[in-house]
Amino acid sequence: MTATASRGTGPVTPGPGGGPAPRRAAIAARTLRKDRWWLQPLLTVLALLLFIVYSTFRAFQNAHYFAEPYISPFFSPCLTTACEGDTFPKLFTGPDWISPALYILIFPLGFRLTCYYYRKAYYRSFWLSPPACAVAEPHGRYTGETRFPLIFQNVHRYFFYAGLVFNAILTYDAVLAFRDEGGAWGHMGLGTLVLLANAALLWLYSLSCHSCRHIVGGRLNNFSRHPLRYRFWTVVSRLNANHMKFAWASLFSVAFADFYVFMVATDTISDLRFF
Amino acid sequence: MTYDAAFRVWRGDAEGGDLRDFTVAVNEGEVVLDVIHRLQATQAGDLAVRWNCKAGKCGSCSAEINGRPRLMCMTRMSTFGEDETVTVTPLRAFPVIRDLVTDVSFNYEKAAQIPAFTPRSREKDGNHRMQQIDVERSQEFRKCIECFLCQDTCHVIRDHEENKASFAGPRFLIRLAELDMHPLDVVDRRDAAQEEFGLGFCNVTKCCSEVCPEGIHLTDNGIIPLKERVVDRKFDPLTWLGAKIGRRPRD
Ligand code: SF4
Ligand code: SF4
Ligand code: FES
Ligand code: FES
Repeated sequence: MTATASRGTGPVTPGPGGGPAPRRAAIAARTLRKDRWWLQPLLTVLALLLFIVYSTFRAFQNAHYFAEPYISPFFSPCLTTACEGDTFPKLFTGPDWISPALYILIFPLGFRLTCYYYRKAYYRSFWLSPPACAVAEPHGRYTGETRFPLIFQNVHRYFFYAGLVFNAILTYDAVLAFRDEGGAWGHMGLGTLVLLANAALLWLYSLSCHSCRHIVGGRLNNFSRHPLRYRFWTVVSRLNANHMKFAWASLFSVAFADFYVFMVATDTISDLRFF
Repeated sequence: MTYDAAFRVWRGDAEGGDLRDFTVAVNEGEVVLDVIHRLQATQAGDLAVRWNCKAGKCGSCSAEINGRPRLMCMTRMSTFGEDETVTVTPLRAFPVIRDLVTDVSFNYEKAAQIPAFTPRSREKDGNHRMQQIDVERSQEFRKCIECFLCQDTCHVIRDHEENKASFAGPRFLIRLAELDMHPLDVVDRRDAAQEEFGLGFCNVTKCCSEVCPEGIHLTDNGIIPLKERVVDRKFDPLTWLGAKIGRRPRD
């Protein structure tokens, strides 16, 4: 038998295109996986594209986002004097051609773009880095989140704080949906339920956030000295395990709530009224 | 219930090699490592394979089975169809020594660079005391058997050999997290995590968590919390300010 190979990690420079370095086992295939590893990234791309296309269309359509007493979550808080409805104080007058959605969309968008779960989802599915585990990525070089622009993912906690403000506003919208068309309290329609469910899912999504988990207690090393924060951390940790589910459920519910208001506002359907 | 299974096993060394086809008998209840051993005993006496415990506890038998990084001793043959070809290759991220055996010393070198556990001074009676709830988080990472499947899978080094110099890999990022969360430890490893051990290279795509045979949640419970701790230290102006003016002691 021959002696064992020399120690050390071998030559550091790979072949062009990041191919296997010398001394690695010579296996040409990009992956030897036989399962349908491409299915997950494919579905992710489709679902996210669908959402992007729909939300862009709605934001630029700039109409049919209010149907007394419901306001679409894409347009709330509606800040300009051009806003349909009166769910929020009108703060300023913007140019007509700018949809009021555009002033606020950056926050939920930034929140989701920097979310640890969505990062995983789009790095894998859009950027193929990697498309699936043990499937080689197509890039020659890789620096991850070490430098501009991806180093800005580290601002996620600030978007988390902003997300909380939005949740409060959307919850307020859901409460306002207990008024009828005339503004009298004591109404409830299917739209009320849709807005309520959306607000609840958004809370679950935000509270299960990794930054939230860190802020409420994760940053401590001595839980025993902070029993209350330990309790919070325990609850958030439990939610956090389902963060991916909440991410998808709330994405769907936001789009659905908007779509519901869209349909009611265009008189395509009429709101089912419970009382 | 015995049947003949089709196996493709990578054979070779650093100079070169390829996948060879074999037909091997498989008995009910066996795992891939049993079949590799039978192959060694009956057809390929010089097949190199590393193993030790056959119980998923020593971390020696790491390999890639049908392209997925796994422990050979913990992969049941019943997970494959009888007519399915089972492909076994060495770990692809490390230099191969021979056949299924790779040189994993990269990992030992990284391990040696991690600033060691440094406890605060003992209490008056000469003891160290800590509460269970304070160490619980770190204990998850103590389950690690150092099979290095996570290191092998992580695309940062698997697909980019050049990153090995600046990235320690998931196993050692959770080691840093373990120490940083430890109630007795007094060393601040956050700068080092980012600058020396390449925490920023990780893009939280979670393949390490997917392959870990111990079910450690490397990304959710180790790497992401560590990233958040680094944000406190390096990227968040508020926590930075809080620490500067002494409003925020590190605890
Ligand atoms: S989550 Fe990070 S450390 Fe784990 S495999 Fe992915 S890139 Fe590597
Ligand atoms: S963390 Fe899991 S996959 Fe990585 S070396 Fe330890 S046991 Fe193996
Ligand atoms: S919202 Fe997903 S991690 Fe913060
Ligand atoms: S032989 Fe010990 S883990 Fe497989």
